[in-house]
Amino acid sequence: MPNLTANLAGILSPNPFWLASAPPTNSGYQVMKAFETGWGGAVWKTLGIPVVNTSSRYGAINYRSSRMVGFNNIELITDRPLADNLREIEEVKKYFPDHAVVASLMVESRKEWHQIVKDVENAGADGVELNFGCPHGMCERGMGSAVGQEPAVLQTITGWVKEVATVPVIVKLTPNITDITEPAVAAAKGGADAISLINTIQSLMGVDLDRFVPYPTVDGKSTNGGYCGPAVKPIALNMVKNCAQHQGVNIPISGIGGIENWRDAVEHMLLGANNVQVCTAVMHYGFGIIREMLAGLEEYMNEKGFGQLPDFIGKAVSNVTTWENLNLKYKVIAAINADTCIGCQLCYTACEDGAHQAIALPGNGQGRVPAIIEENCVGCNLCSLVCPVENCITMVRKDDGSTHESWKDYMDSGKAPTEFNDKRAGGHGHWIPEPKAGLGG
Amino acid sequence: MAEYQTPTTEKDLETSFEQIKPYMNATMAYYESSRCLFCYDAPCVKACPTGIDIPLFIRQIHTGNLEGAARTIYDSNYFGNICGKVCPTEVLCEGACVYNLQDVKPIEIGRLQSYAAADMIRQGRKLYEPGPTNGYHIAIIGAGPASISCACELRLLGYEVDIFEAKSHPSGLAIYGCAPYKVTNEDVLEEINYLQEQFQFRVHYKQPVKTKEQIAALERDYAAILLGVGLGPTQALNLEGEGLAGCIGATEFIEQVKLMPLALEVGRRVIVIGGGNTAMDAASESARLGAEAVTVAYRRSKEEMRAYAFEYGLARSAGVMGLFNAAPLAILGEEKVRGVRFIKTQNEGGKLKHIPGSEFEMACDMVILATGQAKQSAFLNLIDSLEKDGRGCIKVNPQSFQTSRPKYFAAGDAVNGGAEVVNAAAEGKMAARGIDKYVSSSK
Repeated sequence: MPNLTANLAGILSPNPFWLASAPPTNSGYQVMKAFETGWGGAVWKTLGIPVVNTSSRYGAINYRSSRMVGFNNIELITDRPLADNLREIEEVKKYFPDHAVVASLMVESRKEWHQIVKDVENAGADGVELNFGCPHGMCERGMGSAVGQEPAVLQTITGWVKEVATVPVIVKLTPNITDITEPAVAAAKGGADAISLINTIQSLMGVDLDRFVPYPTVDGKSTNGGYCGPAVKPIALNMVKNCAQHQGVNIPISGIGGIENWRDAVEHMLLGANNVQVCTAVMHYGFGIIREMLAGLEEYMNEKGFGQLPDFIGKAVSNVTTWENLNLKYKVIAAINADTCIGCQLCYTACEDGAHQAIALPGNGQGRVPAIIEENCVGCNLCSLVCPVENCITMVRKDDGSTHESWKDYMDSGKAPTEFNDKRAGGHGHWIPEPKAGLGG
Repeated sequence: MAEYQTPTTEKDLETSFEQIKPYMNATMAYYESSRCLFCYDAPCVKACPTGIDIPLFIRQIHTGNLEGAARTIYDSNYFGNICGKVCPTEVLCEGACVYNLQDVKPIEIGRLQSYAAADMIRQGRKLYEPGPTNGYHIAIIGAGPASISCACELRLLGYEVDIFEAKSHPSGLAIYGCAPYKVTNEDVLEEINYLQEQFQFRVHYKQPVKTKEQIAALERDYAAILLGVGLGPTQALNLEGEGLAGCIGATEFIEQVKLMPLALEVGRRVIVIGGGNTAMDAASESARLGAEAVTVAYRRSKEEMRAYAFEYGLARSAGVMGLFNAAPLAILGEEKVRGVRFIKTQNEGGKLKHIPGSEFEMACDMVILATGQAKQSAFLNLIDSLEKDGRGCIKVNPQSFQTSRPKYFAAGDAVNGGAEVVNAAAEGKMAARGIDKYVSSSK
């Protein structure tokens, strides 16, 4: 049985699955229930001066038969008095002393920061998370992502908190910024013990075609909200990796963004997250998903022979490099398995219209299995991605692996094209049909 | 007790004839449409006799463009709703769906099609109007699917159309012949009304064409004539006892089931003779009307039946039993049917041989002969030098559906010898184009 104990900058939890600061951690009732179901930690719904919320707070994107592949909200921080929250934190910690309870905080002045940090520490919080990420509503008031987008301000406020905090301080980052590592470095400089990312992405969820107003709609008007859910995972993974690779960051990471099952969690961790936080999936399916997450993680660790989380945390980080270092001599070509092909010919039309005209249709009476035109195939993967049959189209390596030449090597050795009509262009001499052939007939 | 009780009320009938392809609701349609892969050069389209752009209408359903979906359907097939319900989709579009090759349930194309089409019909939302009139008049004999399909297309092209129908309802076997658990008569009539409201063709009911004089008048008054006369009554087998009370042709039996199901007295023990889809329908219907034991008796093996496997399966699920390699020798009884004498058969190198001494009797109180419909020879003989094929079907040019008499065109069962509504719909439409070409060129 692998040891699932997670350690984020000294905050221990029985497993790496935490609830992110959000509606599922709005009350002690919910957090108690979550811990009882198996969650390892919870970041409390952000505390501060309580707010007044709108009615209609969420929007979602459904893709085909899947609901809520993307989700957004315009809800603000807690609308409950601080004293109620503190009392509930204390009670939760009494029942679950070994679980992680982290207080998310958002206030304005140095004095307020000092006061609220002391209050939550007194209530028994194992750590604090500074909400510098919320991209809607609070940022209009100079808080949330307004801080996360100004590294200097972020560093200063982190410093204020560190002046009084005795528990680890996590800084939660906003992805609504060009380079995530800038605020991450600022957090480290300000003395943060860890960072968590990503918070939600500024978004409009779509527009009501009859009323001409975006979702979610509040009495005929809308406002930008924070985007999250399965659709944002790729953005989150890239940002987590950027922070994990940056020498100036060098503090533990709590991964957030699009985590719905154990696979998503492992991906975040392979790219450098010490633990993960989940919100949208719980808002969709409830706390019960933790059973699948725990079982899946355990199974994965058993299968790979990982005895503890650090055995694989960050294991994929070194395999992410810059484009210029990729091997240009590596060559794969698509291969279609005629036995499993169902003849939908989506690969044909995708390659024909969307790629490199490297797939041929069978002749009349020859069935429906298309064929790869190897000399035209650039190995882009598109066909294998559109194919509805698992492993029917595979990418087969054609080079012998003996040569490794990257763009950097090309530049160094003068092999890189330098003129508009350079014969060293990658597509030079590649067969392409004449434009007129596109007219059919 | 049998699988089904004898229905005595309209409500009972709904149970007995519960639709096998009920209408989808919006949620079902949304989820089902989401599964379509949008195949290139889609096999389902190729398998459809009317060539409906199925992936397109499914995508339109999914994006909430029901009117667009219906237009895609009706542009190719005027019987969008009926065909969605009665087409043997298992061997057509759905049978061709690539999901079958993945052992995944094929898309329920028929039900999606009916969903979009029925929505337009219920709303009475018009998709078409007749083309600008061109002054030519076309006569159509018979008001079955081929004829109505042809009429719609002709109206679109600007022709005046008169349909002469012997019976009192339009749509031929769609009303009188389609199994009631596949489509209700209300569904059929609503779609015909929907078409008629848009295309405004004239149907003259109870106007049989029976004489050479009538034919001559039609020839005089109309620029072209479509023969959409279908087939006739059940072909006699010339078996001893065929005239006994309780022995009925399948076509006639099904017509009664369709028109007066509650008045019909089905036997307690029924033997259906035949191995085609009509035999399966008649057997299913008997069982669903409360017959205690229904047997389909076929002179060849199960594998040699012309009925689709799913149709036999459907009959079996209603409690019908199969009896194979049994050829009927005589219907037994004095005034009323009391049984059938069979002889066992075997296939010897493709030839069906009776096994001497293997005669046996099976008791029953009703025999349904599902051994094919006779051709409308009496009618066809009214038209001089109209060429027919070896089976007695009208010979036509396969593109224009023009007969050996240039002014006459023909489509549907009278040409193909008995096929599906969808075939009639396709042929009727093609015949309209043939008529248009003929009339335009003889101006």
